[in-house]
Amino acid sequence: MASLVPCPHCGARPKEEFTIKGAALARPTPDAGTEAWMDYVYLRDNPRGLYEEYWHHTSGCRRWLVVTRDTATHDIEHSRDVALSQLTDIRP
Amino acid sequence: MTSYRLQTGGLIDRQTPVSFTFDGKRMLGFEGDSLASALLANGRQLIGRSFKYHRPRGILTAGSAEPNALMTIGRGGRTEANTRATMQELYQGLEAKSQSRWPSLEFDIGALNTLLSPFLGAGFYYKTFMWPAPLWEKLYEPFIRKAAGLGKATYEADPDTYEKCWAHCDLLIIGSGPTGIAAALTSGRSGARVILVDEHSASGGSLLSETASIGDVSASVFVQQAMDELHSLSNVQILTRTTAFGWYDGNVFGAVERVQKQVALPNVALPVERLWRIVAKKALLASGAEERPLVFGGNDIPGVMMATAMRTYLNRYGVAPGKDVAIFTTNNSGYALANDLEARGIVPVAIIDSRPDGNSAYAGKARVINGAFVSDAHGGKALSSVSIFKSGIAETIKVDALAMSGGFSPVIHLACHRGGKPIWSDEQSAFLAPNGLKGMELAGAVATTVGIAACLEDGANRAAALIEGLGFKTSPASFGTVERDIVSPAAKPVWNIPGIKGKAFVDYQNDVHREDLGIAVQEGYGHVELAKRYTTNGMATDQGKLSNVNAIGLLAQARGVSPAEVGTTTFRPFYTPVSFGALTGAYHGEHFQPVRKSPLHGWAKKNGAIFVETGLWYRSSWFTRDGETTWRESVDREVRNVRVNAGLCDVSMLGKIEICGKDAAEFLNRVYSNAFLKLPVGKARYGLMLREDGMIYDDGTTSRLSEQRFFMTTTTAYAAGVMNHLEFCAQALWPDLDVHIASSTDQWAQMAVAGPKARLILQTVVDEDISNEAFPFLGAKEVSLFGGQLHGRLLRISFSGELAFELAVPASYGESVADALMEAGRNHGIQPYGVEALSVLRIEKGHVTHNEINGTVVPADLGFGKMVSSTKGDFIGKAMVAREGLTSSERPQLVGVIPLDPNTSFRSGSHILEKNAAARLENDQGYVTSSAFSPHLRSTIGLALVKRGSERHDEEVMIWNGIRNEFTPGRLCNPVFVDPENEKLHV
Ligand SMILES: [Zn+2]
Repeated sequence: MASLVPCPHCGARPKEEFTIKGAALARPTPDAGTEAWMDYVYLRDNPRGLYEEYWHHTSGCRRWLVVTRDTATHDIEHSRDVALSQLTDIRP
Repeated sequence: MTSYRLQTGGLIDRQTPVSFTFDGKRMLGFEGDSLASALLANGRQLIGRSFKYHRPRGILTAGSAEPNALMTIGRGGRTEANTRATMQELYQGLEAKSQSRWPSLEFDIGALNTLLSPFLGAGFYYKTFMWPAPLWEKLYEPFIRKAAGLGKATYEADPDTYEKCWAHCDLLIIGSGPTGIAAALTSGRSGARVILVDEHSASGGSLLSETASIGDVSASVFVQQAMDELHSLSNVQILTRTTAFGWYDGNVFGAVERVQKQVALPNVALPVERLWRIVAKKALLASGAEERPLVFGGNDIPGVMMATAMRTYLNRYGVAPGKDVAIFTTNNSGYALANDLEARGIVPVAIIDSRPDGNSAYAGKARVINGAFVSDAHGGKALSSVSIFKSGIAETIKVDALAMSGGFSPVIHLACHRGGKPIWSDEQSAFLAPNGLKGMELAGAVATTVGIAACLEDGANRAAALIEGLGFKTSPASFGTVERDIVSPAAKPVWNIPGIKGKAFVDYQNDVHREDLGIAVQEGYGHVELAKRYTTNGMATDQGKLSNVNAIGLLAQARGVSPAEVGTTTFRPFYTPVSFGALTGAYHGEHFQPVRKSPLHGWAKKNGAIFVETGLWYRSSWFTRDGETTWRESVDREVRNVRVNAGLCDVSMLGKIEICGKDAAEFLNRVYSNAFLKLPVGKARYGLMLREDGMIYDDGTTSRLSEQRFFMTTTTAYAAGVMNHLEFCAQALWPDLDVHIASSTDQWAQMAVAGPKARLILQTVVDEDISNEAFPFLGAKEVSLFGGQLHGRLLRISFSGELAFELAVPASYGESVADALMEAGRNHGIQPYGVEALSVLRIEKGHVTHNEINGTVVPADLGFGKMVSSTKGDFIGKAMVAREGLTSSERPQLVGVIPLDPNTSFRSGSHILEKNAAARLENDQGYVTSSAFSPHLRSTIGLALVKRGSERHDEEVMIWNGIRNEFTPGRLCNPVFVDPENEKLHV
């Protein structure tokens, strides 16, 4: 009905502006092997509690975010721009 | 004697009479009346029939929990069923109709259901109607539909408008009774942004029904003064007629404002309802408490009413309930009513108090019978007497009105909407809100505070604490002394009343009575969630606001446990029903979704296009010419003309994406399965995009316009999806790549010019040489047009299999360029063609679309095995495309299919069987993905995905349509029906 998602660029915005892709998993390397790839493509944890997901601010700044959401309460703990947060790690 | 209007008193405007009708009968009320108070003032107590037994029913409450007084209001497209008369403001010309009655309210045949009541008890849905099954259609369902029935919805369109909006505040206060007003004054004076909502037409809540005074003024004057001050504060927004119906994550509240439900003809400039989403830093729930009915025989007879409701009708509306009024109470609430009745000259004939000690403070004239119960009320369409049960001795008293009070339930619904479970309190005899709510606090009666003075103080203190927590400076508002404040502390509940003979109702709206709950327990449905479904208690539009706690109390006693052990069913939004109109807002009719028109829409229209909706787009299906009577005639002509002369087709709706940057080529190399790194500048290439699971996601051409600039086209359907996907790849997977992506779908008008004469025509507008030598197949470049007046992009690509080009020009020039091409091509026979012809042309050429790329195919299935690079280090789908199962020789593969007899035909979706195999699923070889009539072959042709299809060309098969039972002998073949050597592409 009315959830708000905090976007690091746009502030709190209605969830209707976003598209959810699902678990924010690291993509395996091409040679990581069948098992790692089957895990990445098909297997998902279903935790009760905090969960990191990819959300796209589709009808906003069009940035991909990693949103940390509590699956039991829908409370959003945190969100970050996926590219910028990785680049900060790479080039501090 | 019935209810009537007193000569004086009430907050109504006696100078302004309001005319309305009830079941066609004209009546008069006053400005300030609710429909319910006006009906009572007219002596109208019988206002409806009950849902199941069609028992006569009267007005029970004065608020949103009303289970009985549901009416159909208005006429034509404004008809609104199940409107609570207690919440409906009276307006000039209001038309109200009673429900659940046939043929009339006074004489109702359905009341015979009472005779059938042994069959309609708990679980009747499950028991009575289980067997024999064929009777469902013939008997049970028609019976239920006829007999049951709240109001009927209208079939006419709603002529009014609705809207949705957002609001943000520091503090949201829900409820504007004493608690809410004190909270609003406290927080409003601090400068904080405050929103005060109340579901009623006027602010004030219970104060509007009070005879107490606050400071030196009456409660209603106090309300007026407080609201005047709040209205003067620009940081305070007051929303009356606004029900907060849900509490959601992010501390967002849903509320619906009835903007114009109190007028006959709404102002068209305003919506009739407005849906609010209110984002609150903090919320204060001051929703008060709901009085509980008592479960005695005949407690549904018109004339029986909640004590606080009777007090509201008396004090706020100046309506007396009757002449001989009795009060049945378990707590002090009944005595407040007794005092007020006496003050208006109606001394109650009896106060029946379940407590052995009663209320020692009562000094009124009414006869008080302590330690007693009303076991039964008597009467048919109106109350005539009550039986009193005291220590086994029965007494009958003649009455025409009976007030009841079984204690109070805090209105905690909103506090439970986010998963918290209510907690039973023995001390309060009520379910209380869960502890530790984040972002919400409770104050006043909902937090078990009793009395006006205490509620004022509680509201002020809690608001001050909340607001200070947000960094505002304030002190709690203070108020003068409250006189005649009736404090009604919680009393011991009475679930089972002794001596009952008649039907004692728990859920009025669903006609669930006391024995039904007993049956549910006996038959093993004693768990509160099961009992709800088994008896339907609490399932109607009022969602058990009055009935749930009584039901839980009765279940608890039947099981011999505490109500805490029974627990409650889950509280969910919506608190009260919300109209579809409000939820829809402006998004209906032509505003349901946007219409996307191509920049060439005008060109297509004037050329006679018949449009088809594809997604949001309006695309040209075909272009009818004079004398053509069927769509096939037009399409066949357009197809033939492309193969003989030339055609112009609008392909503007293809997705178009600009991809730039130092690493743009590397990026494309990773998102496509085939190689893009070394695509030369000035060349286009067909590309396949896979998903990580190895299946094809989308296809299209991408052209290299310069070293670091690419122009991608996607399919129309996946334009948005591919854009999101590319952004994901660029941002989440490879943020280190220097690549920038922008959608330019709307910036370009793009047209395909296809056919043997395409070059002749195009050359007249393109300045550069576009001969085969200068601009060969798969050429792509920016071109100058009309002698340098315009620049565009020209691609030599072909979907039809003919010599063909796609020309993109800035969108606003699209129509004039298309006009110029049509003019230039007139002598060469150019004709527009639509997506139907486009589809026939591509099927003839064996080109795939999302009919074939259906999420289950890998490149090799479509003969694109070579487009999966074996040398690239990485690309999306690489790791999974070669896994077991996706490389099996048994997989369905793309193949052509054609009927043996060209006079026969088949449809897409038909299945392929081996020639002599039985028509059974286990013999299924695959299915037809696309089919069309080919004017070129003068036969239906198809593309199909068939097991080992590529090895089975020339095999005779049976094409089977199991739904229509059609069998067409056919033959598998090469999927390229036209120019399999691709000679036409290179001329
Ligand atoms: Zn954003």
